[in-house]
This record gives sequence, structure tokens and C-alpha cells, in this order.
Amino acid sequence: MLVILCPHCGPRNSDEFSFQGEIVARPGPASDQETWRDYLYMRDNVAGWQTERWFHVSGCRRFLNVERHTVTNEIGVVTPVGGVQ
Amino acid sequence: MNQKARFSAWGLFKRGLTRSHWPRVWDHHELRDSYDVVIVGGGVHGLATAYYLARNHGITNVAVVEKSYIGSGGSGRNTAIVRSNYLTPEGSKFYDRSVELYEHLAADLNFNVMFEQRGHMTLAHSDSSLRTMRWRAEVNKLQGIDSSVIGPEEIKSLAPFLDTSDHPRYPILGALWHPPGGIVRHDAVVWGYARAAAALGVHIHQGTELTGIEVESGRVAVAQTSRGDIATSTIVNCTAGWASLVAKMAGVRLPIITRPLQAAVTEPVRQFLHPVVVSGSLHTYVSQTARGELVFGASVDPFASYSTRGSLEFATGLATHVLELMPAISKMRMLRQWAGLCDMTPDFGPIIGPTPVDGFYVDVGWGTYGFKAGPVAGESVAEMVANGRPGSLIEPFGLERFHAGTLTAEKGAAAVGH
Repeated sequence: MLVILCPHCGPRNSDEFSFQGEIVARPGPASDQETWRDYLYMRDNVAGWQTERWFHVSGCRRFLNVERHTVTNEIGVVTPVGGVQ
Repeated sequence: MNQKARFSAWGLFKRGLTRSHWPRVWDHHELRDSYDVVIVGGGVHGLATAYYLARNHGITNVAVVEKSYIGSGGSGRNTAIVRSNYLTPEGSKFYDRSVELYEHLAADLNFNVMFEQRGHMTLAHSDSSLRTMRWRAEVNKLQGIDSSVIGPEEIKSLAPFLDTSDHPRYPILGALWHPPGGIVRHDAVVWGYARAAAALGVHIHQGTELTGIEVESGRVAVAQTSRGDIATSTIVNCTAGWASLVAKMAGVRLPIITRPLQAAVTEPVRQFLHPVVVSGSLHTYVSQTARGELVFGASVDPFASYSTRGSLEFATGLATHVLELMPAISKMRMLRQWAGLCDMTPDFGPIIGPTPVDGFYVDVGWGTYGFKAGPVAGESVAEMVANGRPGSLIEPFGLERFHAGTLTAEKGAAAVGH
């Protein structure tokens, strides 16, 4: 069981959260089709530390940025997502 | 001595009597400076590709590099189920060929792979899933695949220990029945391909990790490994779990997210469960091995990871779901659990084909169903490497489909939901 330190709710089990995947920068509206397809489908799929997005479904229902090591599943710093996403 | 005589019953008997030296099944080789083809990954896909390259196309200057031992990845971690009742025309055609190859594999490789066509049963617990089963059965029938919907009475006669009463929370209303489906001994498939490929001259390098790929003016030039560099014009990425990382060495990005899938096995008991039983709603599938153990699998873990450690949530969740199907086995003990890495693609279809780097081919993204596709993938990838372009069977699965917008939408790909 992973424990994620939610900045709003405190330490919670990972099954309260829904995993949203690695954070991919959204291209501008004028970007070409190739860039949009890359944004939709292509992933770095890092084996190591990555910053990813989780949603606290059964808690505060806020989106969070979570640092996690994808090989050891160690959780690093968790920060709230600021502003409108 | 030829392979057939060497491994015949008479050969075994003679050696047993004379106590003569048992030669190694395949030899250890020094790493050559160059190979025509370097295959990354010594699992069923990589070894099958090597075997068919040598047997069907006469390309024998081939190296299979495997960072651990052969079959240590997905090939030794799957639940060994084979079936072909997929939904899309490209999917069913492909897996039907795979079942065909599995049917003749033991004779082909002169290795008992213990393929048992016990039948494959996908349970429906609601009206809507029963409707989906009917749809799948009809689509399969049109494609010439043996598949039909059966009712609770027939289910009871095929698998008496299933709770077909109307009491459970997930009552069994019917099932999609696919008689050609079954189970194989997955290690035997890996060893069989390795032995047959090695006999044809392929070099299998275990404990040899690919560390980099040198690309010169858009073409593959060198495969760097932990044991030295190999000059080559062709590299085939046949890895599962590390597909994105290997592709990245050649500068190719893939639409893959790696997720663990957990499985578990119980203590062995007398044979009581003949067919493979799958429940999509309960996220589980179960079969009994020839040794008597029940093998359970589930859907992929809820988050991406390269970790192959099991979790308690999985074990408790699995037990709850399996007991819902078969309350009679509540006293059975679970022996062990493990995880394998699944490379999930956006449309659940594999990625087989050339890449923007000349001479760098991929056979990756097999998600939760790589094992059952091993032989046909090997055969098709070998054909592609030999001819320089993909054949009609694998054409729909190219990497360019994500840019062209021609996704495969293979929802029948996994036995259980994603």
C-alpha cells in the first residue's frame, strides 16, 4: 500500500486516489496535428523519479502533483495543483 | 547427433544406461563483433523471432541479447492462457493464426509445450454483458472462430464448482464459450524456441544487457551491450516492460505506459476445474495447471510502475472475487503472488513494425496478452525483418497509426477490463 501525503487531508492510502499519469505539457491551440497527436499518445514512461498527477477521488477531490519513483514506488513531495487545469 | 534422435525416448534410455555425458542443450558463445540481426529480449517474442528468422528465412547470424535469463520477464510471469475470440477482424485473424501455431508447436520444436485446449469460458453476470457476449460470439462466428454463448446449465456441466445459483451478488447468467482456448506451459515454450533457434545457429546471450544504440545518419549502426559493442544494421526491440526505455536509446518515443499485472497461485489439489474461467466484472481469470495448482490473474494495477512486487490489496481483492465464483475453495491456501510488466498502448493493440530509425524494428506494447501472441508475432516479425516491410497480418499494428488516426480499438484484447 502506498501512502500519499495529501496537502489537504494528510497521509492517505493510495486506493483513495485515482492515477492520472505523467504530466504532459499541453500544446498551444495553434499547434499542428503532429504535436497534438504526440500530446495525446506519446509518453516518456520514465523508470525513475517522475512528477505525475493524481486525483483524490475519495478525499478532498482535488488534483495533486505527486513525485514518485516508478521502480521503487517511493513517494516524494506532493503539492496541490494551482489554478485552473 | 540430430535433435530428434538426441531427445527421443530411446536416446534418453541409452544415455541413462551408459551414463554418458549430457551435452548442454545450447552452447555458450562469445559475443561476435557483428551480427546481421540483434534481437533485444530473450522472451517468447524474441526467441520466436530468432527461430523463424533462421527457419523460414535462412538468416542465422542472429544474436538474442537478454539482460537476465531467458523467460525471466513477461514470458515467465503470465498466466499461460491462449485464445482467439477477439473482436476486431485484424485481432481475430492474428490470434487465430497464433492458436494454429500453438496447436503444432510441440511437434515443430520437438519440445512438449503441454498445450491443452481445455476451452475458455468468459462469464456474463449481467444482461448487458450477456449482450456483449452474444455480439462477440456472432462476430467470431463470421470470422470462422469457434465461439458461442452457453447458459448456466451447460456452464455447470463444464465447471461444476462454479456457483451458478441465483444467490450471489454476481449471478452467472451465461458465458462466451471458446473450445479452442486453453493453457500452455509457458517456460516450455521459451525453452523450446531457444533450443530450436540455437540448433539453427542463433546465438543466445543471457546476462547481456543492451546499454545503448548508435544511430548513424538515420540508420542503426551499433548495439552497445554490457559485454561489448555489436556492429549491426538491424535491431528488433522485443521487450516487455522496458520497451519505452529501449526505444529511447534509438531516439524513438512510444505511446506506452508500463503497468504491473499481478497473478497468484494456490497449493496443488486434485484436478477439478477443466476449462479456463474468466470473469470481466470480477476482474479475474482462473485455470488449473497440470500440476493441480489454481492460477489466478487480474487486471493491471491502478497506477503505472516498473515494480514487480505484489500488493496486499491485490491478494485480498482476488480472494474475495474468486470466492464469489467458487465458494467451495475457501479453505485453499495461496502459495505465492507475483507481478509482470504490461506495456499498455492507448488502443490496447500491439505496436509491431518499422520506426523512423532505419533498421530499428519494434514488437512491443503487448499489454496483457503478449504470451498468447508469441508464435505468430515471432513469425510475422521475422517475415518483416527479412523482407524489410510488414506483412498483411501485422500491417494494422504499425507505430504510424497513432499519427494517422487509425487506431485498432481492440476492446476484446484483454480478458478483463482495463
